[in-house]
Amino acid sequence: MDKLITVSPSPHAYGDDTVKKLMYGVLYALLPAFLVSVYFFGIGALIVTAISVVSCVMFEYLIQKYMMKTEPTVSDGSAAVTGVLLAMNLPTNMPWWIIVIGALVAIGVGKMSFGGLGNNPFNPALVGRVFLFISFPVQMTSWPEPIISRLQYTDAVTGATPLAVMKEGLAAGVPLSRLVEQIPGYLDLFIGHLHGSMGEISALALLAGGIYMIARKIITWHIPVSIFLTVFLFTGILWLINPYDNADPVFHLITGGLVLGAVFMATDYATSPMTPKGMWIFGIGIGVITVAIRVYGAYPEGISFAILIMNSFVPLINKYVKPKRFGEEVKNG
Amino acid sequence: MIKTFPNGGVHPAEDKFAAGSPIKVLPAPETVIIPVSQHIGAPAEPVVAKGDKVKTGQLIAKSKGFVSANIHSSVTGTVKKIDRETDSSGYKRTSIVINTEEDQWNEGIDTSKALNRNIAAGADEIVRKTLDAGIVGLGGATFPSHIKLSVPKGKKAEILIINGVECEPCLTSDHRLMLEKGEELMVGIQLMMKALNVRRAIIGIEKNKPDALEYLGKLSSDYEGITVNALKVKYPQGGEKQLIKALINREVPSGGLPLDVGAVVHNVGTAFAVYEAVQKNKPLIERVVTVTGKELSKPSNFMVRIGTPVKALIDAAGGLPESTGKIVNGGPMMGKALNSLEVPVTKGTSGILLIPAAEAARKPVVNCMRCAKCISVCPMGLEPHLLMPATEFGKWDLAEEEKILDCMECGSCSYICPSGRPLLDYIRLGKSTVSKIIRSRKQ
Repeated sequence: MDKLITVSPSPHAYGDDTVKKLMYGVLYALLPAFLVSVYFFGIGALIVTAISVVSCVMFEYLIQKYMMKTEPTVSDGSAAVTGVLLAMNLPTNMPWWIIVIGALVAIGVGKMSFGGLGNNPFNPALVGRVFLFISFPVQMTSWPEPIISRLQYTDAVTGATPLAVMKEGLAAGVPLSRLVEQIPGYLDLFIGHLHGSMGEISALALLAGGIYMIARKIITWHIPVSIFLTVFLFTGILWLINPYDNADPVFHLITGGLVLGAVFMATDYATSPMTPKGMWIFGIGIGVITVAIRVYGAYPEGISFAILIMNSFVPLINKYVKPKRFGEEVKNG
Repeated sequence: MIKTFPNGGVHPAEDKFAAGSPIKVLPAPETVIIPVSQHIGAPAEPVVAKGDKVKTGQLIAKSKGFVSANIHSSVTGTVKKIDRETDSSGYKRTSIVINTEEDQWNEGIDTSKALNRNIAAGADEIVRKTLDAGIVGLGGATFPSHIKLSVPKGKKAEILIINGVECEPCLTSDHRLMLEKGEELMVGIQLMMKALNVRRAIIGIEKNKPDALEYLGKLSSDYEGITVNALKVKYPQGGEKQLIKALINREVPSGGLPLDVGAVVHNVGTAFAVYEAVQKNKPLIERVVTVTGKELSKPSNFMVRIGTPVKALIDAAGGLPESTGKIVNGGPMMGKALNSLEVPVTKGTSGILLIPAAEAARKPVVNCMRCAKCISVCPMGLEPHLLMPATEFGKWDLAEEEKILDCMECGSCSYICPSGRPLLDYIRLGKSTVSKIIRSRKQ
């Protein structure tokens, strides 16, 4: 035979998934939440997302090309995912230069300094967000008014998030029943009509994205469900003990960054455990820390810190929580 | 009830193009190349010399040692040479090359097609005839079958499991055999049951073969103790341990054998070969081989004499498509890529698969992003993403601790990896190194 054939070890068939397809899948899943943000926050949402994505992709490209001197892999979409997630964690009136700094920290420090895709111990978008939160606390906690600030960017009218209203009100001794009047109704909270970071507002749209990712097998259900259950149970117990000083569990589930964090941030491949059992431990940890910060801590919201703290336990969890080996504990009946 | 194994598994495209093609007998080629090592264990020792005349079915190489198998001539003719020829592993191995003349079967072989349901042989005779006939596991593992038919002292077989799963995509040889040799298969299973002294046998078949399920289901009512069970279509459903788990819900312990849980597993092809050996006195000199591929004009199933060059099969199935980029001996998940068309069909050849050039190359390798898909598909509950770097960096203790030797090389991890990482390549290397280390420890 005069023609060349490939000789390689088995298998000779391959599945359809590639890094690129999975990353674009995450982007598709983020689309509903993004559209809701554009609906409520208008041009601010568009500007913040564009700056964040372009900066993240650019920094990854430049770092790979000129510092690591490797072939840039930005086309795999992972930097774009970080960019969208970072944007979704910012208020839509965020000045452009702060976003660029956030992107540099997210990609440069959070991802590339560890070796890039798959090697980072902490969720890059959250590294960026928390850096900005600590460095620019004022800008990071001024939330544009939904709908009426559609045509405004940094000059938007602002207000407080429901979680902040609740936290500060309860700390000042305002009765819960009066606080409830100051925050939107549960339906509005669920749909996304509230003050908050760009992408965290609509629990509904985020859950739709999560269901899409589970259906496409991009993520499994373990992490989001374990976080939701833990938060629900923990806040539910507090509420049952003292319904006058504690918000009810449904309020906790649909406000703040909980759904965004549980569905899109905690499920980041590189920074979450690899076995279902490990995922449960991880999710329960995030739920407990989130509620602890929300109820007892200094900040109204704690999911970012909770995820980053649990990220640091992932190597340990992966080391000691093993999948069930076939034939290891034999119980034959 | 449709059964399956609980953990892991993948769903590659089934592509069973030849499922509707009845088995055709392929005439003996002009020359056959018969390697003396077509089985796991010691190579057989040639008992013929250059220039000898041999008859079809005559012993030409004798089993050497406990784990070994006899080799018989698949044609009548003259021994041209005994030399080293390339086999499906890509290595040159001692082979007996025979120039074919007109078929003349060795004395005592019943070549009639008549079904012989009358079992006269006792357990010992069944095992001896299986040994004499050179029967090995025809599912692809090629472990000498007589060993698996004789239960060692202190162990007890309770159930015989017949593997008609054919979970490898593309392959249809077992499927056709079940449809066309159902009665012979049933008698073969009865012989195996007698040899093992078991009362029950279950034939496991994936539910993508409804005709085989129905036909054998109907036949089995005439044979006491034999039942047929449908299995979910999921790779590797036909893995020995997975099949046992699915059918009788017992887990073969790590490092153990099916007999540890009272089970013995044989392929349908092997059961048919045992029928022919015991009832017809016919050694294993031919087998069913699927020849298939997306671009092949006539995907077929052939009854092929052992030693026939692969080229003859491809020519009979419409010729090698221009687009071919890879030729695989076996299925796409566990088959071996061939480096030549002159490689002979051996006892373990269940199919020849032609893969178009566009699909022959692997995906580019990028960083592991720890998506954990390799863990979720591993039917043995291993962590391929961890075993690969353990091998890369020579951490043999870690590899052993993480049960690298439990890997059965099904390829599900490499199949699913979105980063295109060569997980199984490294695991194979790790397995062989770790087994060497363990062996040296025992000395």
